[in-house]
Amino acid sequence: MKILTKWLRAYLSDLPANDAQLAEDLTLRGIAVDGIFPLEDGNGSFYEMDITTNRVDAMNHYGIAREAAAIYGLELKPLDEALPAPLPSAQPFPVRIEAEDACGRFTARVLRGVTIGDSRDWFAGAEVATYFGLLEQKQISNAVDATNFAWLAMGQPTHVFDLDKIEGGIIVRRARPGERLKTLDGIERTLDPEDLVVADHVKPLGLAGVMGGWDTMITPATTNVLVEAAWFEPMAVRRTARRHGLHTDASHRFERGADFNAAPVASALVSRILLANGGSIEGSLVDVRVPAFESRTAHRQPIALALSEVHRILGTTIDQEGITASDVENVLRALGCDLVSQQAGKLAAAREDSKWRVTLPGWRLDLEREIDLIEEVARVYGYNRFANTLPSFDRGVQALPWAQSEAAVRNTLLAAGFHEAIASTFCSAAEAALTAPQPGLAVPLGNPLSEEAGVLRPSLVPGMLAMIAGNLHRDVSDVRLFELGTVFSGATEKVEERPALALGAVGSLAEQSALHPARPIEFHDLKGVIEQLLSRFQHRSVYFDRFPPEAGLTPAWLHPYRAARVAAEGITVGWFGQLHPNEASARKLKEPVLIGELYLDRLYKLPLRKPVARDISRFQPVRRDFSLILDQSIPWATIDQALTGLDIPELVDWRVREIFRDARLGVREYSLLMGVTFQAADRTLREEELQAFQTRVVAAVAKSGARLRT
Amino acid sequence: MTNEAIPDLPEFNDSALDKAFAALERRATDDAAALPSPEAVEAFRLRWLGRKQGLLSEVSSRWLKAAPPEAKKPVGERFKTLKELVERLLDQAAGAGPTDAALAAEAIDITLPGTRRLTGAEHPITRTLNEITQVFAALGYSVGVGPEVETDYYNFESMNFPPGHPARDTQDTLVVANQERRPLRDRLLLRTHTSPVQMRTMEQQPPPVRIVIPGKVHRNDAADATHSPIFHQVEGLCVDTNITFSDLKGTLDHAMKALFGSSVKTRFFPSFFPFTEPSADVQISCIFCGGNGCRKCKQSGWIELLGCGMVDPAVFAFAALKQPAYDPRKISGFAFGMGVERIAMMKYGISEIGQFYAGDMRFLGQFA
Repeated sequence: MKILTKWLRAYLSDLPANDAQLAEDLTLRGIAVDGIFPLEDGNGSFYEMDITTNRVDAMNHYGIAREAAAIYGLELKPLDEALPAPLPSAQPFPVRIEAEDACGRFTARVLRGVTIGDSRDWFAGAEVATYFGLLEQKQISNAVDATNFAWLAMGQPTHVFDLDKIEGGIIVRRARPGERLKTLDGIERTLDPEDLVVADHVKPLGLAGVMGGWDTMITPATTNVLVEAAWFEPMAVRRTARRHGLHTDASHRFERGADFNAAPVASALVSRILLANGGSIEGSLVDVRVPAFESRTAHRQPIALALSEVHRILGTTIDQEGITASDVENVLRALGCDLVSQQAGKLAAAREDSKWRVTLPGWRLDLEREIDLIEEVARVYGYNRFANTLPSFDRGVQALPWAQSEAAVRNTLLAAGFHEAIASTFCSAAEAALTAPQPGLAVPLGNPLSEEAGVLRPSLVPGMLAMIAGNLHRDVSDVRLFELGTVFSGATEKVEERPALALGAVGSLAEQSALHPARPIEFHDLKGVIEQLLSRFQHRSVYFDRFPPEAGLTPAWLHPYRAARVAAEGITVGWFGQLHPNEASARKLKEPVLIGELYLDRLYKLPLRKPVARDISRFQPVRRDFSLILDQSIPWATIDQALTGLDIPELVDWRVREIFRDARLGVREYSLLMGVTFQAADRTLREEELQAFQTRVVAAVAKSGARLRT
Repeated sequence: MTNEAIPDLPEFNDSALDKAFAALERRATDDAAALPSPEAVEAFRLRWLGRKQGLLSEVSSRWLKAAPPEAKKPVGERFKTLKELVERLLDQAAGAGPTDAALAAEAIDITLPGTRRLTGAEHPITRTLNEITQVFAALGYSVGVGPEVETDYYNFESMNFPPGHPARDTQDTLVVANQERRPLRDRLLLRTHTSPVQMRTMEQQPPPVRIVIPGKVHRNDAADATHSPIFHQVEGLCVDTNITFSDLKGTLDHAMKALFGSSVKTRFFPSFFPFTEPSADVQISCIFCGGNGCRKCKQSGWIELLGCGMVDPAVFAFAALKQPAYDPRKISGFAFGMGVERIAMMKYGISEIGQFYAGDMRFLGQFA
């Protein structure tokens, strides 16, 4: 919104501040001046304003002048309502408010014999041509410009009709089903029975409080004019405007509450400007009011205000004296309130227990409660005149129950060389169908940003894939990312949110350098990271398994033979593996992508592992290697379990040292070199003991189907 | 030298023995003086201490065994001294390690870049969120969280955005599909701010309350360099008896100094939020120019950073439906909220908000 300082100053005598100072003082009181643009020829400046939505009263020159008057303690000049005497009329112009729930006041004034032409500076206080020129406001005709002038001056919407196009009189009513209206923007509209219209006895003339109608607009041929200034109920205007996709100056004001008392003042200003080009008033102002609205706006009950409450809410000021009773009175009176002290016979102004009954101005419908008045006092007094104090507090600080678990997960992944990422909360319906852990429970949005973002993500996998693809398409070939985020499931009535973790990796391991060849990251690298992650938690059992493709358990986004389920305490906590080649090619990803998702709500149910130290044995460990030959169908886990089952306390470690195939093996066989360590806590192992252990190890692996290579 | 056999001793008197052993000691010392490599050390060991052909073994058989009974002791003592010397020389030679020449042969190019393991980087949003929550933890604020999908009641109504209120227009909302037939208060949407957690917290616990609420929020906004439909906020709430506007000012002034440096100044402007009254916008003195005016602060010397205010009594009235202790005549409180992306962009010099959500390794790696 643009404001001319020249126009502001017209409402105030001797404003003791230049335009820059005034702008700062207004801004510090919440009437924000975003930019100051000096004008030439002693015309002051124009301000670009940013007024908060609750202050519609200040979105015009007079409203801002009132703020300046309050700040500097100046007198605000009243708006001039003077009009030439009317010619008598046989009967008042007929006006009826049928929709009494939606229109609180309707004023109509008949002007006859006017001349439609260009705007000029008509009289002091109506410098239409000058002000519009400075504001770069488009000039249309003296009639339309008059309504715009009243709007800019005092923020009251008005409307002018070509009186000769009105049949009968005015009725403010709801539209009839199927009724049609061509509005001033040239659009022919079918009206909704809920729409509020200003109509004559035959047809709708305009959308009340939103936009006038085409057929009754002022033309150069117009000689008789009806000036409308009204008060419409906010919700009625809001709904009508919304239904028709309209947002006009008028609807903006009415939606936020106009001044019930402003209608006749604005009507006078518009009429006087029009009459300055000739013509006369016929009859006195027709003013129809709905008492229920009048008492809710113009004549509200006074509200109580106590100085003690001002102090309780606002606290300490830098100034020792603090906010006094007279500060409160001066601020609120300047803003248009009427204060009656409740301490009869005492000098209230000096007392801490001062109390008032405050009558509220009609233009400040945002003021309704004591706290609203306290805010006004603080605002005009100046926020930066309050001290900086710190409240005392004697309680502890509580962490979220899962804060430590989340930190453990994050730190493990950071240490493993994964960057943390944050992806979109949304995905497409197709991506949701592909990745949802529980099929069919994806939650669509009613007004999505785009089709690709039509669904709340049921999995972090779509976002991870998009980020991986983004990197590869930008020629970043080594990717290590993780995301800790929320996934959504359920129906549109009830949406479940769960924390999840996604991991993605592509390219070579980071250890490559000039001295070492690069090695591509593979399944077991990701598995190792997940094992490290799980080792941060206390659990009795963790295992990895996979299912035959026909079981339908493996997520469709994973390679059926290079994927694993992660289970802890028998419960699935996630899936990971190589991205299914079909999904890779659909995203034009040529390199194998490793990706996984863990369900953190399940993982966080496990307590974090508390490290417990054991004494390190002082006795020599003995390592023995076994070269095994196995059928392809026997995985390492079988051997691993066989050795676990031995339950030899001195068997402290066993691991795969190497896996290889060579020509001397059968087609379906492979060779596995296993290193086994024996160590006792309390003695050096004797050769006979070692022999006995070895024999048991050999027997156990043989039972699993392995044979020793000789 | 190894071929130089040990001569038989003609006499076994003391002076003859001294002379013979001194010659051998000299020979051993000379021998040990030039041992350039571990291999030479080993050769020295074999020459002197070898079990069969070693010189000491020969001394033992030629001199000790051949000595007449009365000379056995003096020869034995001298032999022991010699053996100790040889062993000491051997120890010294072995301890001295390889020569410089040998080491030089092992030289490497230390100017080649080090082999690095990738260090993962915490996301700048996480990092900033943590910084903010830590500042407030020191002031007694616990962390609170809430759902990203909210009801209209918590996101709007209980935050004093009445149904149909124009203030709702300022927060373009993404809604869950198929809500039209449900009562307005139950309709599901993506929270537009973290403020609903204020209400959820107050419903759960009576005053006093001190929480900070970090979280992801969404709005139906077009994306540009500084706007994103996805962003993060940290909300704060403090409720107790006698919490005042000056406490709000002091708390935020302290927090901004903790976050941006002790020389930062704050100033407060009246603003409007439905859930606070009085409401304020807070500016900090420009962290780039110290308040002198620069491109970053549009020459104003100030940067707008957060919104705040005293909790509106209407909000307490909603909380009091479940916790009657939220009686606005007896308690008061303040709330504040800040955009995490904006703070992170300022702190780390990030120019495009979209970079936060692209997962670009090159961008994220800068925060390791």
